[in-house]
Amino acid sequence: MTIRRLHWVYVLSLAGVLGLGALAVTPVRLESNEQVFEIPKGTWARRIAGDAVEILPDEIRLTLGLRDVLVLKNSDDVPQIFGPTLMMPGQSFRLPFEMASEYQFACTAHASGQMTIIVEPFPSTPWARLRWRVLEIMTSERLLHTEESA
Amino acid sequence: MRPLQGMRSRRLSRFDGSARIVRPAFLLLLSAVLLAGNAGAFEEPAMKAGVFSPARLAPDFSLPASDGSELNLERFRGKVVVLGFGFTSCPDVCPVTLAVLAQARRKLGELGDDLQVVYITVDPERDDAEQMRNYLAAFDPTFIGGTGTDEQLAAVRGEYGIMAKKKLYGDDYSFAHSSFTYLIDRQGKLRALMTYGHTAEDFAHDFRILLQE
Repeated sequence: MTIRRLHWVYVLSLAGVLGLGALAVTPVRLESNEQVFEIPKGTWARRIAGDAVEILPDEIRLTLGLRDVLVLKNSDDVPQIFGPTLMMPGQSFRLPFEMASEYQFACTAHASGQMTIIVEPFPSTPWARLRWRVLEIMTSERLLHTEESA
Repeated sequence: MRPLQGMRSRRLSRFDGSARIVRPAFLLLLSAVLLAGNAGAFEEPAMKAGVFSPARLAPDFSLPASDGSELNLERFRGKVVVLGFGFTSCPDVCPVTLAVLAQARRKLGELGDDLQVVYITVDPERDDAEQMRNYLAAFDPTFIGGTGTDEQLAAVRGEYGIMAKKKLYGDDYSFAHSSFTYLIDRQGKLRALMTYGHTAEDFAHDFRILLQE
């Protein structure tokens, strides 16, 4: 390996370390503390027609002090068992969490009949912030996939 | 002298230029840090429970009550009702929930007179009116139970989105069932849902909000 290549490896490694360091040190903050899921209009009709519509992921991750309120909205024309409860058309349900834990709910909207909500503590250490950011990216991708399939 | 002065002024103007950028950037960074420090300080939610919006009228029912009367919600209009589902042989969730509710009611003092706990069985085979009465009285004598036929109880569960699944263990059986409780206001509206695991303080907090409306 030439000295020039070594130089670039060194620069890129340093940039990587500095980047990860910045992600770990920079405080995390979100615009809203709500994680919103909505049953769109026509979902029931699509289900009757045989479409496997998935609105809620099997596992929802929340973080205390950042995104610790689950909001479910039924915008369909019929009542729906959504998350832990029965919701009328046009109704929304706002569920705040104050304790970091794993919550299991029966949910007929899932093939497994169960929904898990993992509420994690506020990421106060650099390592926790880094981990939170990585999980955030993974969760966003998973939610995007769920929305696409819906 | 002139060249030196020229150099100095160039340096100064460069410094001034940097200061113009650095100062706002520093202030911006400081604000970001301060804001981030407050990130956890969200406004206290009005209720600890999950809240329905808009609230609808709680579906009424007619079941045999543990006190021998007819159990319906209409008779409790003007009171705040806590509606739960379970069974008297439940080893964990039901006794914990009922103990917490009894403790929360005691915390309310006189205000607790306007609170009614209604517990409907998912196990009518074992939970007749007498069994429900004796079991609930151990927690609080004002608690009232509801029983009925399989069909009657399944219909009520359907109205409230309650899951109850019988599980066999040899000759014995148990139930996996929804563990949350509903909060119904004085007007009979289904206002909120309290998930399992909340403390008596949390329940009392929300009861006070509904009772003082």
